[in-house]
Amino acid sequence: MIGAVRLIYEGAFNLFEGPMRWLQRSLGTQRMVWVFLLPNLLIFGLFTYLPILLNAWYAGTSGDRILLGDRPWVGAANFATLLDCESYLNPNSCRRDLFWRAVHNTGWFVVLQVGFMVLLSLIAALILNRNIPLKGFFRAVFFYPVLLSPVVVALIWKWILQRNGVLNAGLDWAGMGTVNWLLDPNWAFFWIVFVSIWANMGFYVLILLAGLQAIPSDVYEAAEMDGTPAWRRLFRITLPLLTPTLLVVMVLSLIRAVQAFDEIYVLTGGGPGSATLLLIQYIYDVGFATRPRQFGLAAAASLMMAGVLMVLTLAQLAATRKRGEDG
Amino acid sequence: MKHTLTISALALMAAGAAQAQELRFMCYQDGVECEAWADAFATFEAENDGITVIVDEVPYAAIIESLPVQLEVGEGPDLARVTDYGGLARFLLDVRPHVSDAASIDARYGQSLAWSRVGDNAADGIYHIVDQLTATGGFANATLFEQAGVDMPGPGATWDEWAEASRAVRDATGVDFAMAIDRTGHRFAAPAISYGAALFDDDGHALVIDDGFRAFSEQFVGWHADETMARDVWAGAGGGTYQDAAGEFINANLVMYYSGSWQIGRFDRDIGDAFDWVATGGICGPAACTGMPGGAGIVGFNHTQHPEAVAKVMEFIARDDVQAQVLARTRNLPANANLQAEGIAYEGVSDDVAAALTAFASSVPGFSDTAFALQGYQFNRAVYTTIPARITQAIVGELSLDEALERLEQDVADAIAAAQ
Amino acid sequence: MFRWIIARRGRERFDLTDWMAFGFLGFGVVLMLGPVLWLVLSSFKTEAALQEYPPRLLPLAPQFQDVAGFDAPLQRFAVTGGEHAGRELVQIRRVGLNAQMIDPADPDTVLNVNIADREPVRAVEIAQENYTTVFTRFNFARYFWNSTFITVVATVLTVLFNSMAAFALAKYRFTGRTVVFVLIIATLMVPPTVTLVPLFLVVSQMGLINSPWAVIWPAIATPTGVFLLRQYMLTIPDDLLDAARMDNASEWRVYWKIVLPLSAPALAVLVIFSVMWRWNEFLWPLIVLNRSEVFTLQLALNSFQGELQTSWANLLAMTVLTLLPITLVFAFLQRFITQGIAQSGVK
Repeated sequence: MIGAVRLIYEGAFNLFEGPMRWLQRSLGTQRMVWVFLLPNLLIFGLFTYLPILLNAWYAGTSGDRILLGDRPWVGAANFATLLDCESYLNPNSCRRDLFWRAVHNTGWFVVLQVGFMVLLSLIAALILNRNIPLKGFFRAVFFYPVLLSPVVVALIWKWILQRNGVLNAGLDWAGMGTVNWLLDPNWAFFWIVFVSIWANMGFYVLILLAGLQAIPSDVYEAAEMDGTPAWRRLFRITLPLLTPTLLVVMVLSLIRAVQAFDEIYVLTGGGPGSATLLLIQYIYDVGFATRPRQFGLAAAASLMMAGVLMVLTLAQLAATRKRGEDG
Repeated sequence: MKHTLTISALALMAAGAAQAQELRFMCYQDGVECEAWADAFATFEAENDGITVIVDEVPYAAIIESLPVQLEVGEGPDLARVTDYGGLARFLLDVRPHVSDAASIDARYGQSLAWSRVGDNAADGIYHIVDQLTATGGFANATLFEQAGVDMPGPGATWDEWAEASRAVRDATGVDFAMAIDRTGHRFAAPAISYGAALFDDDGHALVIDDGFRAFSEQFVGWHADETMARDVWAGAGGGTYQDAAGEFINANLVMYYSGSWQIGRFDRDIGDAFDWVATGGICGPAACTGMPGGAGIVGFNHTQHPEAVAKVMEFIARDDVQAQVLARTRNLPANANLQAEGIAYEGVSDDVAAALTAFASSVPGFSDTAFALQGYQFNRAVYTTIPARITQAIVGELSLDEALERLEQDVADAIAAAQ
Repeated sequence: MFRWIIARRGRERFDLTDWMAFGFLGFGVVLMLGPVLWLVLSSFKTEAALQEYPPRLLPLAPQFQDVAGFDAPLQRFAVTGGEHAGRELVQIRRVGLNAQMIDPADPDTVLNVNIADREPVRAVEIAQENYTTVFTRFNFARYFWNSTFITVVATVLTVLFNSMAAFALAKYRFTGRTVVFVLIIATLMVPPTVTLVPLFLVVSQMGLINSPWAVIWPAIATPTGVFLLRQYMLTIPDDLLDAARMDNASEWRVYWKIVLPLSAPALAVLVIFSVMWRWNEFLWPLIVLNRSEVFTLQLALNSFQGELQTSWANLLAMTVLTLLPITLVFAFLQRFITQGIAQSGVK
């Protein structure tokens, strides 16, 4: 098996070696960089940038048709109606009150979910990186929920959290009072944060684990011989050397938290009321779930969201760059 | 829009289809509808040499999310099983010119045919054949009533009487919930109309918040405050999410459940002999005793290469013997007037189930015109999804009822305006 | 106080830090695996048992018994109250609140029991029909092949293209590097749900509808993959690359023979992600694939969801079946996450 993989690996190398050498000779070493970038950029251009541009066009139109030619141009009207508020702190004063409720909810969700998830993932990854027995098993366990489809995740937790579910049965058995978890706005919010950490944490643990492998072990050995205490090694060696990977985790988890949708939609449907309504659900509701679809409004909301996300991400990248050149 | 199929296998298939007239039928099912139709099409293919119908069974999400998008760019199947006639209206094929006996189809499917005669569609067009008529209505747990020693309200009882009786039964037997209504505007509309809601203005536009609508909304929110209604169903979700309470009813944890005829088969299977249940028939408000009609049907699309073949399939689907045979298996109510009169010999059902099916079938002719008008309204999905979103906010106290109703009216108006 | 997280166990005995670490792991196992285990157990329950409150851990089914003189098997009950308390009887029929029951040993004496005074006798019984339905109703082999084809081809291309781009971004200095990097990261900002419709327009214009390539092409350039690999490759020392270049190695050789092997842990992660994404992908295939000959397993799985009803028992069984292959892929690949650097002999 391994032998076959090695053979294919060598074969593929030889297959491309000739053409690539020729390219390098005719283009020069410096331009080779574009050869490496080209396949990715082509696909991005066609299947990502083009749709995003079309999406921007949708944001300036109205109607429920899909073909752009059938849609009347309305300019900034979609943005105007979303931003039409007496006070941005009070969703009830807004023309599109649910959009602003979703904005508020998403803000809280991102802060809580990203904060706790990054912390927990880091602890889990550090422990799983130790030389412990049953390492493979423990890793699989932490990663497994990531493999489940959002519908299944929501279904499992619905069974656990419902009024007569496993959690209440357990509390009852322990002599504690039961709670109708998903009917109380605060508890419902707690559980969507919890479940989304549960379902996504393994993803980041895996990335961090791979990152920890890049730290050469002789650095530790030297420190250990110097008698540097464990906590100091963590903050002086491990975390700084893990920075590039931590950045991946922070950026991705922030983006994915802002875009959280599937499992929460199935678990609470945004309820009770609009207590767990997040941005993507709002976009999905107005643009896809209700008929007639308001694509224009959905596209406008998504662009506003993308703008805010871009600013946050660049800020994250800039912050780490300042603290030491990351390349 | 021109497409060049680059994949040779597909090109070959398309070439083959040109001679053999292969029709694609996109089908979703709640029970065994697609299997029943696939079997029925074997008969059709035997009778019509050279036409084959291939059934592609898809999730309901494909019918709702992806079919409209495909149709708009000129892709998609020849036939499909759908529920949103208004939304798909402009893609539907009028088979009237191609069928041999249009008058007979009119006579047998008259009332439901109107559901897709909206927008620019012909006022006498035949666009779909309903193969699963549904009617909303209540189910009551008769065993719980007996246990509590409370008399069950009879036919023609009011919502108030049911609420009172259900509460008495709940308190006497210690079950969790007295009443529940599925979380969708489609179910909500029936009692609202019974309370006097007109829904439409004089020009035929929804949604009008009048005294009747307000009265039932107030009642409904009040029933949540005093816990007559199971909070879990409406308050447990947000937006337009659909939520039923069948699980509570099956577990004998709910006294009266307002849902619809499609639950009968499931109750038969999952309740078994655990308790007795009955269909309540129409429940009355001050103005009417109506339920809501609804249902899935089969449509052809106007982009098809073979309109004649599609029409042949539609005519086959409409045939009395074919409908009777398929419905007997799927345990659905007939939309066909002949079969409504004759009744259907459902396969392997108990007497209770047959009684419930009959009770629902016979309630349909008594439904109010407003109910049929809403079901045939082009933008009814906007109404169905906005009602739960806004009424729930009033139930959980995010908005006052007045604010919620105001927002509700505004949301529906916005959605409709966006489509024009 | 942070020793329990990073201390390297080995020479010493099992100390407090180990207990804390294993406490964390043990808690994690219960929390992470418990619900999954329940999913697997539930997939063996009948539809009626799935609806049951309070939910039970094991798939229990009511028990029936053949009694002479009755055509159909009769259900067994344990009587918990009333004059027959403590006996196990079978039920002939239920009339309202009253159950007519008999003792199988004495089938002629009909006993009346209040329905509140009896409980069904249950035993563990596996509803294997959940699984057999999946195989009989669908062309399972065909869908499995379609899913596998899409997953394998897309993953190979993803790893190849993304690692090439990541190599370029991590190991070269060139004008426009930051712009390209930001452009790639920027594609993460617009949620896929929103670009679904414009993307469909593009793909349908290319005539790819109902072809597996409609799923593969849009998926293989992933910003997550480029970002992940680029960050990892930053940690590979440039000296290694320069040494190879001194030996007159081509850029392609540097990439393929030095950078790729050294990135093994990150590549393994990307392979796992890519397999998982493609294998579980639902919404996009739903829109571009609508003929049953090109359906994937996820589409078949979701067709158990109707408008008004969902066949949970079948859906869960199919979920468990579709989980098996990716579980194996993960089990196989996770070893590489720790092996990369140690094996290639570089520190």
